[in-house]
Amino acid sequence: MTATDQPTIAPHARGSVVWRRRRAAAARTWFELWAEPQGKAGVIVLGIAILVAVLAPPLLGQNVLSIIAATGRPFQSPSLHYPLGTDEYGRSVLSLLAWGARPSLIIGFSAAIIAMVIGTAIGVSSGHYGGWVDTVLMRFDDWALNIPFLPLVIVLQALLGRGTDKTILVLGITSWPGTARILRAQVLSVKARPFMDRARALGASNMHQMVKHTLPNIMPLVLANTTITIAGAILAESTLAFLGLGSPSLNATSWGSMLDGAFTAGAVSRGAWAYLLAPGLAIAIVVLAFTWCGNALEKVLTPRLQSR
Amino acid sequence: MTTLPIESAPPEALSRASGGRSPSPRSGRWRIPILIARRLVGAILSLLAIVLFNFFLFNVISSNPIRALVRNRHLDAAAQAQLRHEFGYDKSKWNQFLDYCNQLFLHHNLGISTYFTRPVWNVIADRIWPTVLLVGVSTILSSLIGTWIGIKGAWERGSAFDKISNGISVTLYSVPEFWLGLVILMFLAGDQVGLGWFPLGGIYDDDVNPASVAGWINIGWHLVLPGLTLTLGYLAQYQLVMRSSMLDEMAQDYVQTARAKGLRDLAVRRHHVVPNALLPAMTQIFLYFGFVISGALVVETVYSWPGLGLLTETAVSGADFPLLRGLFLLFTASVIVFNLVADVMLGILDPRVREL
Repeated sequence: MTATDQPTIAPHARGSVVWRRRRAAAARTWFELWAEPQGKAGVIVLGIAILVAVLAPPLLGQNVLSIIAATGRPFQSPSLHYPLGTDEYGRSVLSLLAWGARPSLIIGFSAAIIAMVIGTAIGVSSGHYGGWVDTVLMRFDDWALNIPFLPLVIVLQALLGRGTDKTILVLGITSWPGTARILRAQVLSVKARPFMDRARALGASNMHQMVKHTLPNIMPLVLANTTITIAGAILAESTLAFLGLGSPSLNATSWGSMLDGAFTAGAVSRGAWAYLLAPGLAIAIVVLAFTWCGNALEKVLTPRLQSR
Repeated sequence: MTTLPIESAPPEALSRASGGRSPSPRSGRWRIPILIARRLVGAILSLLAIVLFNFFLFNVISSNPIRALVRNRHLDAAAQAQLRHEFGYDKSKWNQFLDYCNQLFLHHNLGISTYFTRPVWNVIADRIWPTVLLVGVSTILSSLIGTWIGIKGAWERGSAFDKISNGISVTLYSVPEFWLGLVILMFLAGDQVGLGWFPLGGIYDDDVNPASVAGWINIGWHLVLPGLTLTLGYLAQYQLVMRSSMLDEMAQDYVQTARAKGLRDLAVRRHHVVPNALLPAMTQIFLYFGFVISGALVVETVYSWPGLGLLTETAVSGADFPLLRGLFLLFTASVIVFNLVADVMLGILDPRVREL
C-alpha cells in the first residue's frame, strides 16, 4: 500500500488515498495515546514485559527450570545470588518469573485474538443485518453472557485436558460475548452514516459493506477491546493454573502455575514472601498495563467519554 | 438491556425512553403480571438451553470421560468397558440424552459422585451453607461500602477521594483474587512473616461444637480473612456501578430543577439523586451473581473453606465429572434465577421500566 501521486485516478490509487488517510489516523491515535499518562505508562510496562518474554528464555536457558539441576536449597530467603529467593525445589524465583512472562502473554494475546474474531463476526453481522439475524444472535449473546465465566472455563479446561493450546482455545471461545455486544452498538451507529448509503446505492454487497466500510470504522474500538480482553484472559489463565489446570509442561510455567506451586508447597506457612508476592505482582502490573492502554485508547477514540 | 438508537426510534419510544408517561392500554394493572410472565418464560427457556448445553459439554465434548476418570489408576480394558457401561457412555448419544433428562427431571438425580461415592446432590447440599454464609456476608459488606464510595466519588467528581477510590478499584480489578487471598493469608494468618492473628484455613476448629455459641464465634473468627478477601474482590464492581449510575442521574434535568428550587446540596443528593441511582445499581448486585460465584470459587480454595468453591476444586482435581456437572448446573441455574429476580424487582420498583 504505497502512497502514489499519480494524476490519473486508477482504482488502486483511490484505495491508497483511503489507506493513507487511515495510516495518518492510526499515527494520530498513537501519538494521542502516548500523550495520555495512562497510555504512556501502559505502553512502557507492556514493552518491558514483551521484551522479557522474548529475551528471557534464550538468555537464561532451560536449565533454570530444571528441578534436578536446581542450584539452591528449597525456600531460601532473598539474597544477592537469588534476589527473590528460591522455590520448593531450590530454583531461582527470579528466573522462573522471567520465564513465566512468555506463557502468560502468549495465552493472553492468542485467546484475545480468537475472542475478537468471534466477537467481531457476531457483533458486525448482528448490527449489519438487523432483523431476525440480530434477534437470534443477540439472544444467544445474552444467554452466553449469563453463563458464569470462571465455572465455564474450569469445566471446559477439565473436559478438554490441560495444555497451553487448550487453555487458549477455552479462553478464546468464552471471552467474546461482551465484545460482540459493544461492537454491535458501534456498527449500528456506523450504519447510519451517509457513506454507507452511498455504498448501498452503488450496489455494494453485504460482505463488501461489512469488510470494506464497517470493519475499518470499528477497528479502533476492536483494538481497545482487545487490550481489555487480553487483561481478562491473563487473569483467567492465572486462576486456571492456580486451580491446577495449567499446562503440565515445564517450559509453560506461567505466573499462575508458580503461585499454584507456591501454595501447594506451603509457601504461606513458611513465610516465603518473595516467592508469593512476585508472580502475583507481575500479573497485576501486566493486567493493569493492558487495562490502562485500553482505557486510554477508548478515551482517545471516543472523546465523548472524556468527561467521565 | 439494549439501548434504543435515538435517531431511528419512533416518537412513542422516545417519550418512553425519556420517562414521559405514554399511557398504553397494557400498562397499569397488567404491567407487572405481564412483565413477570414474560421474564419467566425467558428464564425457563434459558434453563432448558443450559440443560442442553450441560449435556453437550459432558457427553459430547469429552470424547472419553472414562479415560480421564481412570487417569492415575491401572484398569484393564474389560474393567474400563464395565465402567463405560455403568455410566451409560456405551449407549447412543440420543439415548444418553434421554437418560440424562429422565434422571434430571423425573428423578431429580444428578448422578453419583465418583470421588465421594455418594449421590451428587447430597454432596452439594452438605456444602451449600458455608458458601451462602461467606458470599452473603461479603456481598452485604462490599455492596454497602462500595455503594457509599461510589456515591461520594461521583458527587465529588474529580476530587482526590474520587481519583484515589477509582485507582484502588481499577487495581483491585487487576489483581487475581486468589493472590489477594494468599497475601492476606500470609501476612495476617501466617506466623513466619505475618502476624499469626487468624487461623490458616477451615471453617471451625476440630475441638469446638459448631452448634454452640462458642462454635459460632469460632466460625466468625475463621470467616474474617476469607470474608475480607471477597469483600475487597467484590468492592470494585459495586463502586464502579454505583458511581456511573450516579453520574447518569446527576446529568438529568430534575437535578437542576431541585437545585433551582434552592434545595441544599445534601438534600439534592439524599432525596433526589441517590434514590434514583440506587435502583439500577442494586439490581446489578443480582445481575453480577456469576461474578460472585467466581470469587467464591478461588477464595474458598485458598482458605480451605468447605463450600461449593472448594468442592469444585476437589471435583476438578479428582476428575469427578458427575460432581462437576452437578455444580456447573447449579451455578448456571442460580445465575438465571438471580437475573430473573433482578429484572422483576427492577420492573416492580422502577416505573420507568415499562417494556422489558
